[in-house]
Amino acid sequence: MSTGTDTDPGAGTGTSSAATGGGTGTSASASAYEAKFRVWRGDADGGELKDFAVEVNDGEVVLDIIHRLQATQAADLAVRWNCKAGKCGSCSAEINGRPRLMCMTRMSVFSREETITVTPLRAFPVIRDLVTDVSFNYTKAREVPSFVPPPGVAAGEYRMQQVDVDRSQEFRKCIECFLCQDTCHVVRDHEENKAAFAGPRFLMRVAELDMHPLDAAAESGLDRKKTAQDEHGLGYCNITKCCTEVCPEHIKITDNALIPLKERAVDRKYDPLVWLGNKIRRRGE
Amino acid sequence: MATGTQPPPASTGVRGPSRAAIAPRHLRTDRWWLAPAATAAGLLAFIVYSTWRAFANDDYYAAPYVSPFYSPCLAENCAPMRSGPNWEIFGSWWGLSPALLILIFPLGFRLTCYYYRKAYYRGFWASPPACAVAEPHAKYSGETRFPLILQNIHRYFFYAAVPVAGILTYDTVLAFRDEHYAWGHMGLGSLIFLVNIVLIWAYTLSCHSCRHIIGGRLRHFSKHPVRYRLWDWAGRLNGRHMQLAWASLISVAVSDFYVYLLASGAFDDPRFF
Ligand code: SF4
Ligand code: SF4
Ligand code: FES
Ligand code: FES
Repeated sequence: MSTGTDTDPGAGTGTSSAATGGGTGTSASASAYEAKFRVWRGDADGGELKDFAVEVNDGEVVLDIIHRLQATQAADLAVRWNCKAGKCGSCSAEINGRPRLMCMTRMSVFSREETITVTPLRAFPVIRDLVTDVSFNYTKAREVPSFVPPPGVAAGEYRMQQVDVDRSQEFRKCIECFLCQDTCHVVRDHEENKAAFAGPRFLMRVAELDMHPLDAAAESGLDRKKTAQDEHGLGYCNITKCCTEVCPEHIKITDNALIPLKERAVDRKYDPLVWLGNKIRRRGE
Repeated sequence: MATGTQPPPASTGVRGPSRAAIAPRHLRTDRWWLAPAATAAGLLAFIVYSTWRAFANDDYYAAPYVSPFYSPCLAENCAPMRSGPNWEIFGSWWGLSPALLILIFPLGFRLTCYYYRKAYYRGFWASPPACAVAEPHAKYSGETRFPLILQNIHRYFFYAAVPVAGILTYDTVLAFRDEHYAWGHMGLGSLIFLVNIVLIWAYTLSCHSCRHIIGGRLRHFSKHPVRYRLWDWAGRLNGRHMQLAWASLISVAVSDFYVYLLASGAFDDPRFF
C-alpha cells in the first residue's frame, strides 16, 4: 500500500499530531492513507472474510473505518454501536484476533502496511456480519440473585462507609461490553460449559455482592460463597487472566474479584480453622 | 483441567456451528506465543536446576552459608552446621537427600500459587496458550475436580511458607559470620542471602491467600482499621506478585548456586569486612 498518499485530510479531523500521540508505526504528518481491511461478512449459515481497501485519516478509530465502509462500499454491513466513546459497550469485536472495542482502537496502533482483520465476537452465536447474539450474558446476569436488602433498614436509611465500598466500586466501572466473557476460554473454547459457568463478568457480580457491606443474603440463607462454586461455576476459572487482559475499563477482574472469591469459597468449604472460628464467635464479618 | 488432549473436533468452541464461520483457531498477528514459550522455558530451567541440586545431596554447606534448598535440614545425614538449621527430627533412617524433606513445602506453595498456576496452565498445558487463541483440548473442567480441585489448599502451603521464610531469615542472620563463625562479618554471600530473603518475604506476603487472610475476607473494613491497613499493604505487594514470583525464584537459585560454588571449591567468598 502506498504510505504517503497525501489526499484530503477529511472533514473536521484536522492534522493535529496530538490526535495520534499514541501512534507507533505511523508518521503524524501524512494525514490520509488507504488501509487494507478484512471484515467478516455472513450470518449463522456461513460467511467469509472479505477484503476492502479503505481510506483512513488522522485520529480515526476502527469504528470510523467500519462506518466508512458502510457509507462507501458495503451499505448493508451490520455493526452494533452507540456511544463511540468506550462507554456503552456495544461495539465489541475482534480486531486482529484480539477482543476489543472498535471505538477505542485507534488506527495509529497499526502500521499502514498491515491488513487489519475485523470479526464478530467468536464466543457467541453470530447474527449477521459483526453483530452477535449476546443473550448468553443476560441469562447469566439473571442467574445471580440480586442484592438482598438488610432487614429493618428502610430504603433511604442505608449508610455505608467509603472504605467498605471501594472494592465494589471498581467492579461498578463495568460497561457490559462482554469482551471478558468472549475471551474466557472456559466458554469460548467449550460451548458445553456455558450452562455451568457464569463467566468472569458475573462471577465478579457475585464477588461484588458478597463484599457489599449491606447485602443480607447470608442472613436470608443464601450463601454467595457457596453458590459461586456450586451454581456459577467458579471452579472452572483457572485464573489465566484473559478477562483482565481485555477489559477496556482495566478492572482487575482476576486479582480483585475472582481470586478473592475463590479464597472466600475456600473459607467456606475447605478451611476448617476459619469454619471453626466462625462457629465459635460469629464475627469476622 | 482438560481431560482429553486429542485435537478438538472441528465443530466445537470457536468453530462451533452457531459461531461465525472462521476456520483459523485464532487470528492474532502479534507474537502471542512468546510469553508462554518464555514462561515454559524459565520454569523448565528452574525445574532442571533444582532437581539436580535437590538430589545431589552434596555441596550445600560452606560455612557460614547453607543453601536455601537444604534449610532446615531435618535428617541426621545433614552436614553439621554450627548453630545452623540442623534439626534431626527424621533421625537416621532417612538416607536420601535431606533437601527432599523440606522442599515439599516451597514446592507445594509455588505449585499451587495463583500466579504459577496461570503460568503453567498457559505455558505447559496451553489452556489457553494465549488470550483468544483456541486451546487444543477437547474437554475442560478447570479446577472443579480432582486433582486440580486440590489447588484450593494453597492457603495451607502459605501457612507453611511463613515459618520456612522465618528459618531462611535465621540463615541470613547466620550469614553475617565468617568461615570461623566469628560474628560481625559480611561477604558477597551475605549480600546475596540478604537480597534473597527480602525477595522471599515479599513474594510470600504478596500471596493472594495472605491478602485474603489479612483482611480481604472482611466485609466491613471500617470496623477493622488495622487489618484494613495491612490489607492495603498486602494488596500493593500483591500487584507485583508475578514479578516477585520470578525474582524470588531466581534469587533462591542464585543463592544455592553461590553456596555450591563455595562448597565445591570453585572460588572463595569475597569478604567485605
Ligand atoms: S481468569 Fe478465569 S474467568 Fe478470567 S478469562 Fe481466565 S478462566 Fe476465564
Ligand atoms: S468486566 Fe470489563 S470486559 Fe467484562 S464486561 Fe465489564 S467492562 Fe467489559
Ligand atoms: S460504541 Fe459505545 S463502547 Fe464503542
Ligand atoms: S504464593 Fe502466589 S498466590 Fe499465594
